[in-house]
Amino acid sequence: MLAPVQIEESRVTRHMNETIVSMRGICKSFPGVRALDNVQFELRAGEVMALLGENGAGKSTLMKILSGVYTRDSGTVEIFGKEYGDLHTKQAQALGVAIIHQELNMCPHLTVAENMFLGREKKKGLMVDHRAMEEEAQRILADLKIDISPRETVGNLPVSKQQMVEIAKALSINAKILIMDEPTSALTAKEIDELFRIIHQLRESGCGIVYISHRLEELQHIVDRVTIMRDGQYITTMNFRETTMDHIITHMVGREIKEKFPRVECHRGKKIFEVKNLNAGRMVRNVSFSVYEGEIVGFAGLMGAGRTETTRAVFGVDPKESGEILLDGEKITINRPADAIRAGIVLAPEDRKKDGLCTKLPIRENIALPNLDILCNRVGVVSRKKENEMCSKAVNDLRIKTPHVEINADNLSGGNQQKVVVGKWLARDSRVVIFDEPTRGIDVAAKVEIYNIMNQLKQQGIAVLFVSSELPEVMGIADRIIVMCDGQITGEVMAKETTQEEILTLATKFENKFAQQAN
Amino acid sequence: MNIVTKSVKRVTAIRGMSAALIAFAGWIVLYIVFGIINPQIFAMNNVLNLLRSMAKYLLVGVGQSVILITGNIDLSIGSVVAMSAMISATMMTKGIPVIVAVLVTLLCCMLVGLVNGVLVGRFKLPPFIATLGTMFCARGVGYMVNGNRNTDAIASGIGKEAGESFQNFFYYGKTLGMYNAFWIALIIFAVVFFVMNKTRTGRHIYAIGSNMEAAKLSGVNVSATITKTYLISAFCAFVVGLILCAQASMGNMEAGNCYEMYGVAAGVIGGVSPLGGTGLLLGTFAGAGVWQTLENGLGIIGAPVGLQRIVIGIIVTGAVLIDVVFRLGIGSKKGKKDKKS
Repeated sequence: MLAPVQIEESRVTRHMNETIVSMRGICKSFPGVRALDNVQFELRAGEVMALLGENGAGKSTLMKILSGVYTRDSGTVEIFGKEYGDLHTKQAQALGVAIIHQELNMCPHLTVAENMFLGREKKKGLMVDHRAMEEEAQRILADLKIDISPRETVGNLPVSKQQMVEIAKALSINAKILIMDEPTSALTAKEIDELFRIIHQLRESGCGIVYISHRLEELQHIVDRVTIMRDGQYITTMNFRETTMDHIITHMVGREIKEKFPRVECHRGKKIFEVKNLNAGRMVRNVSFSVYEGEIVGFAGLMGAGRTETTRAVFGVDPKESGEILLDGEKITINRPADAIRAGIVLAPEDRKKDGLCTKLPIRENIALPNLDILCNRVGVVSRKKENEMCSKAVNDLRIKTPHVEINADNLSGGNQQKVVVGKWLARDSRVVIFDEPTRGIDVAAKVEIYNIMNQLKQQGIAVLFVSSELPEVMGIADRIIVMCDGQITGEVMAKETTQEEILTLATKFENKFAQQAN
Repeated sequence: MNIVTKSVKRVTAIRGMSAALIAFAGWIVLYIVFGIINPQIFAMNNVLNLLRSMAKYLLVGVGQSVILITGNIDLSIGSVVAMSAMISATMMTKGIPVIVAVLVTLLCCMLVGLVNGVLVGRFKLPPFIATLGTMFCARGVGYMVNGNRNTDAIASGIGKEAGESFQNFFYYGKTLGMYNAFWIALIIFAVVFFVMNKTRTGRHIYAIGSNMEAAKLSGVNVSATITKTYLISAFCAFVVGLILCAQASMGNMEAGNCYEMYGVAAGVIGGVSPLGGTGLLLGTFAGAGVWQTLENGLGIIGAPVGLQRIVIGIIVTGAVLIDVVFRLGIGSKKGKKDKKS
């Protein structure tokens, strides 16, 4: 095998600025969702193209089509001037398309060299030729000026170095089109510097790089052009130097609100719930907030801002390092979810399949599960009568569409599953209800029903916390919005007086990291 | 007609009921087939013997099934059986009153269950490893209590009369025409069945097996519930140990060898999924019945012991194969959905 990086360089001098990827009219639907609608995308050799958009804008889907993970419904994909119909992952890889994922795909117990050559080990007869692999790995790493020994066990390396190994691996299979999905999310400022240096180097060697990131500030250090997507549609492509950050944000969020957000006005009463100086791990740092009677408090922020972690710490799922929780002015101790439930705080979690439902159990048992204390007599025997009453009430109140409650939860549609998750928590009287992304992946009608439920709770004087990554939804439903970024609260705004731009600016306030980065 | 189909639907809608019914049907078919080959099998005497011998498989099956439903496993059951037989027999040969011997034995067995429960529930050790350790330790204790040999007859310590009444109570005696061993197993089965299907603890056990994270987020105390399941399993093993001790009128160090696996087999034949979350103890009952009928029937028609093992092996693996194929069918569909969303 010849040295791939060198080939790259000779090739590149001839073809700099040539269009290497051209996608046109790409459509892709999943059951119930139109993920991509007539999207176009272009990438040139020797440039860094930022692909921007809110969560769910279709960036990942588009890149998965480019790398052959998904097949498009319609449209054309051209790579190096040649059109490919149904691109397969193997084919895309052979063409030089490589994705560096947010979650790294490495075998932590193997060495750097072993990881780089995983699945295509060099052999000497029947034996694996470790020396040849290590030499090759060393050469690629040296080319990138990365100081890692090929004999090092990957699991011993910090995440940033693992990421670089992944990049080196991509280059060792001759990658010319490198897709980086949120590559800086787990890195420190210094590590980001190092990553940017490598990106610069790759760009100069003629790679085309697609850079997906929610951190708009970091774009200025590396990006040549930006492509913006919104709601599965292509919005625009611009030269980064000729635009402003405000302009980009406007394009990203500037949607007309298609969904209806029913809002009810309530008198704001006394303080019900207060969290003071909560610390729990890296993603919850010094978080303080309070919720009053008759209001819905929205938690806005980007993915990984620490909102889910905050709710989990409050609810007693994850351990807290410090902080106080007050309910109706009294300090309460929550060490496990059962404590929170007893105190009247409930959490409808984000990932219904993973955290919300026992999918192998019927709807009835799912709804009953957190409420068995109400449904049981003193010796712990469940009253089937009370249970059936509770379930039929939940099914009727929330309009869960199901023939009967004995059906397993995984046979329901996403929206109805979500209603079961919500329903199991509303079956008991609570003081505080936390909804974590309650409308993710459900259709508009079901969304409105969930909003109505939140509004009812608000009218009943229950404190409602509402975590959502969709800005229009938070602004349409919440009364007050707390914005988090990188484990900290970066701002608090009134929903009626704010703009999406203001929230997005607060949500991308990576102060610590970028103060150093700028100079 | 409508009422019939409706009630049939309602019964089969109960989680795990269809698998349990299939296991019962299989049991009956198997029994009739053996009976046609040798009508001796239908003799009342043989039926009673069959049910009595089935008691121990039913008990280890119940214990292991409860564990399997949480998605865990208990490898220490057989060793706890031996420990129970050896400790109780040793104490009785030393002349210690039956009731004291039984209570001390109970305490020792429950201690093993508690250790299993704490290791798996609290310290999150893989159940295979945690109970492998207690399996060796409990067997070792069984060896050591009587100085590395089987005990003498229990009557030598507590006297002929007390010895006989112990043996009758746990094995040879009859109540209402049925051997006591079967009654004991049946009562324990009924109680555990009730706990699993009618109480809060049972709901928690199924919830943990179905989705531990969701159960935790619903306020279920996961580690305490897992500990309870290991205590149930240890209790069942303890009773089996007493039954074996009563049957042999002595303690045998090799008692209960492989019983944890008989338990898995009884559960799996009855439709208890080793992946957790599903399964009805009624199925385990049928599973234990199938097991004992094979042993009994093949014995009576004079089949070699080796063949017996082979048939049992095929049935157990076949039952799991069906389970897995069924799941894979569903699983691949789900996988696609997940990928797309």
